[in-house]
Amino acid sequence: MNKRLVMTFALVMAAGIFAPVFAQAPAGGATATADVVAKWSIITAGFALAFAAGLGALAQGRGVSAAAEAIARNPGAAGDIRGALILGLVLIESLVIYVLLISLILFFVNPFKP
Amino acid sequence: MEKLEHPLLIVEWVNALLGPLVRSIGERMGFHFTGHEVIPPYLVMVMLIVAGLTVLSLIVRSRLSVEAPGRLQIVMEDAVGAVVGLLEEWIGPSGRNYLPLIGTLGIFILSANYMGLVPGLMSPTTSINVTLGCALTTWVYYHSQGIKAQGPIGYLKHFAMPPGSPVWMAPLMFFIEIISHLSRVLSLSLRLFGNIFGEEMVILILFSLVPFLAPLPMMVLGLVTGGLQAFIFVLLSIIYLQGAVAVEHHEDEHGHEAPHGREAPAAA
Repeated sequence: MNKRLVMTFALVMAAGIFAPVFAQAPAGGATATADVVAKWSIITAGFALAFAAGLGALAQGRGVSAAAEAIARNPGAAGDIRGALILGLVLIESLVIYVLLISLILFFVNPFKP
Repeated sequence: MEKLEHPLLIVEWVNALLGPLVRSIGERMGFHFTGHEVIPPYLVMVMLIVAGLTVLSLIVRSRLSVEAPGRLQIVMEDAVGAVVGLLEEWIGPSGRNYLPLIGTLGIFILSANYMGLVPGLMSPTTSINVTLGCALTTWVYYHSQGIKAQGPIGYLKHFAMPPGSPVWMAPLMFFIEIISHLSRVLSLSLRLFGNIFGEEMVILILFSLVPFLAPLPMMVLGLVTGGLQAFIFVLLSIIYLQGAVAVEHHEDEHGHEAPHGREAPAAA
């Protein structure tokens, strides 16, 4: 455990020290920067949605597994457990929907388009 | 994106019929109309829902019978019974008083979500105006019911000191509770809007790929999520109502507790 910690720390430090090597040459002029921002906003939308969908699915999976186990352990309370499960799933899903809305805005409304 | 949308026939008819009248009244009051569409499509759809539900209810009411109920009456009794059951399960016996608004919200949002799957219509809930309207209505309703049930001072105390928190935390709790209540408006409206609008967007995009076959799986999914979102809106409204209206448990002289509903989880 100690050795893994030291290895991770060393890797992070190395990435930090060598970071300027990977930096690109700065874009020249104001219009080029606006274009770059518009392009990167679209890519950000995709990445944001991927993160949201993955983490949301993980969270909902934990909820469903806990609910299924609870029903198996106590079939008489299945109605209550199902109600709590649906409520929890929809609340988690609404967070993913918020990210979808931001992605749709970035993608279709193009607020950064010069 | 622009070429994916086209004007609906019903919207054009209603605008041809009522457009000049609304425009003259509106311009006299100082509104300026941009574009050629005076009545927006979602408003036309909402008017359709109101007219349709009124006609349906009047038809069922004229044929009400206890011994031999028709099929429509049985379906409507089931719907009303389901909402009343949900209300009484969460709020207790006094939950019945809140049936008019909660039931109307449920039926309105359910039919609004399903209208999007019918070819000549669009769902009004794909517009943030409609969902924000529903969310604001629920918000004003449960605050006013809370004030009516507990009195203004009691209701504010309820904000500042939820049961089980110490007195010195009251200012902080008040601030946090106000932010949490404001976020409820946001979450209610954005959840419904995002689900139904995202669904419609995916159906439009799939339609532009393979015209009539590709959207079918998404439309089946639209049936499921439409019903689920309406149910969740109603359920969350009931939970917020319960949080606002629930009175302190007090015992009368026989030692029986006042009847109460189920405790709500902390819903954001």
